[in-house]
Amino acid sequence: MSKIKAENVNVYYGSKQALFDVSIDIAEKEVTALIGPSGCGKSTFLRCLNRMNDVIEICRVEGSIKMDNLELNSRKLDVVRLRESVGMVFQKPNPFPKTIYENVAYGPTIHGIAQSKEEMDQIVETSLKKAALWNEVKDRLDEIGTGLSGGQQQRLCIARAISVSPEVILMDEPCSALDPIATAQIEELIDDLKKEVTIVIVTHSMSQAARVSQKTGFFHLGKLIEFGPTDKIFKNPDNQQTQDYITGRFG
Amino acid sequence: MNLILVTFIVLLAFTSYYFGRKKALVIQSSQRLTALPKFYGYYLAAWCAAPALIIFILWSVFEPSIVKTFILQDYTDQNLTKNELQLIYTKVKALALGNYTGNITNFLDASADKYIQLKGIANSAKVAIILAILIFSLSYAYRSVQKNDRMREPVEIFLKWVLFVASLGAVLVTIGIIFSLLFEAIRFFQAVKFFDFIFGTHWYPAKTFVRDGQPDPELMKDAFGAVPLFAGTFFIAFIAMCVAIPIGLLSGIYLSEYAGRGVRKYAKPIIEILAGIPTVVYGFFAALTVGPFVKEIGNAMGLEVSAESALAAGAVMGVMIIPFISSLSDDVITAVPQNLRDGSYAMGATKSETVKKVIFPAALPGIVGSILLAVSRAVGETMIVVMASGLAANLTMNPLESTSTITAQIVVILIGDQQFGDPKTQSAFALGISLFIVTLFLNVIALSVVKRYREKYE
Repeated sequence: MSKIKAENVNVYYGSKQALFDVSIDIAEKEVTALIGPSGCGKSTFLRCLNRMNDVIEICRVEGSIKMDNLELNSRKLDVVRLRESVGMVFQKPNPFPKTIYENVAYGPTIHGIAQSKEEMDQIVETSLKKAALWNEVKDRLDEIGTGLSGGQQQRLCIARAISVSPEVILMDEPCSALDPIATAQIEELIDDLKKEVTIVIVTHSMSQAARVSQKTGFFHLGKLIEFGPTDKIFKNPDNQQTQDYITGRFG
Repeated sequence: MNLILVTFIVLLAFTSYYFGRKKALVIQSSQRLTALPKFYGYYLAAWCAAPALIIFILWSVFEPSIVKTFILQDYTDQNLTKNELQLIYTKVKALALGNYTGNITNFLDASADKYIQLKGIANSAKVAIILAILIFSLSYAYRSVQKNDRMREPVEIFLKWVLFVASLGAVLVTIGIIFSLLFEAIRFFQAVKFFDFIFGTHWYPAKTFVRDGQPDPELMKDAFGAVPLFAGTFFIAFIAMCVAIPIGLLSGIYLSEYAGRGVRKYAKPIIEILAGIPTVVYGFFAALTVGPFVKEIGNAMGLEVSAESALAAGAVMGVMIIPFISSLSDDVITAVPQNLRDGSYAMGATKSETVKKVIFPAALPGIVGSILLAVSRAVGETMIVVMASGLAANLTMNPLESTSTITAQIVVILIGDQQFGDPKTQSAFALGISLFIVTLFLNVIALSVVKRYREKYE
């Protein structure tokens, strides 16, 4: 089952082309990992999927990206609705300088999801539970979110992302700023979440891609070199460049 | 004479710099240098200039009072007061310089001769001593250059002391100003009760003026009530902030969040040009353009409007402060990390929601700090008020009437002739120190707020 289907996506920053003819099928309720050396365009591609490239003034996206037959790369698209159904977790944990409760309630508030205070409390609780953070913070929901540890902050950001029940969550190197224990917690969480949500994760760690994903795409110099089941990419890739990268010969 | 001496010292220092550098190159041919050749030059130049200039300055500071003591020695048996002695000394000096027009007594004449003589001795002694010091310090420094002593450390220590003296000077001058304010204010409070000043509601210092002798203490009681001035100051500052905060803040938000790079590139410098307009220009703009305009509009609406209204002065002052707030809040908002914006946009928040719910709260401490700094500027602003809001200290909260501020009253008190020791003159110092305390208080709060904000993100 394909959730997102990208065809011939080209991205330019000013006159510099960052992505070349990327076509990819992202399956529903699976984890898709995007790997590749720094600057290969994997984050750029990820940001096409919730139109975060709109924030960058000089960025231009060409090609077609369809989610459930809805064209994402269109001027007519309601970006607010799109981002409600495609959440994002960033490289550096970025909770708002507000309370833990307000951080999670942020999305439901701006989208008018909760009708009452009780409903909002419920959403906050389930989101924090799904993000495996509830037990650690349930007694201090009114403390500032930026006061948590790095791993807790990142789980708070995940709770924030899932609070609006998105269909897809994009993760841009979510563990690169975390220690191994926090990383393990996040990976466990990703495994749980994929039962309900489609996840696309950009990662620098090949072992992480191998651990959490079902499909893997290898990017190099703005091109999607190879895409396939994770097992195959890591054990028996078709492409020599993929082979070299996986075995650590470059990148 | 002094100019020649200083020029000579400076030129000699320059020469010794080149000489020292050259000498280092000579030493280099036979042994390893302890520092770069230029340090040898600095070393010689510092030893040449510093001792001579220090002695020169000390001499210039103390010479007049020493000469004065010598001159006035002849008058000690006459039982004169301090002021009379001062007067005699002034006469002697004037006579010696040849521009005295009063009666010349023999005694004065003798003193003037003595003055000229003393001055001559002092001058020759000064030149001789400074030349001696130059020779001594240069030969000392040259010997250590010759011995190829360590050069870098003494030069660095010398530079440290130069910097120390500069900052010490800045601090001492500030402290000096504060104390002179304080002492004059204390003398003012000996004539006028502190509580009459702080709580009095009537400010009319002119009525204490008496041609000879002391003014009536009953009059004093009612003439120096500073409440109308404080009220006027804060009232006009309030009107100014009513103009400056909304416009400044909104334009700051626009520039940092909404404006494209092209707009920002031109709009920001243009707004900052407003900050470069001299306050005098704002002043006559307020007095000649805005004031009559406000009056006309008010009259058309059937309101009684004074030509010099608090509204005109406050509004123009607000315009003056706009760039201050917009520029500072723009900086503060731009400093909010991009990843907070990303986080909010990624949740599907619109730009205005992001500004309202994430960026503005995150930047709020910095914005409050910039507003407090702006308030302290508004409170200290003088020119606009003097020109546009009149000089009568009315206690009023009607923006269409004229009112006056602390700064404007200080100007009124100190322009024209005034008598030192007169409470009217001294009241300027009391006003000055109260203004200083208010702005200091605002600045301290503002800076600590801004600092706390910085710690949060860095």
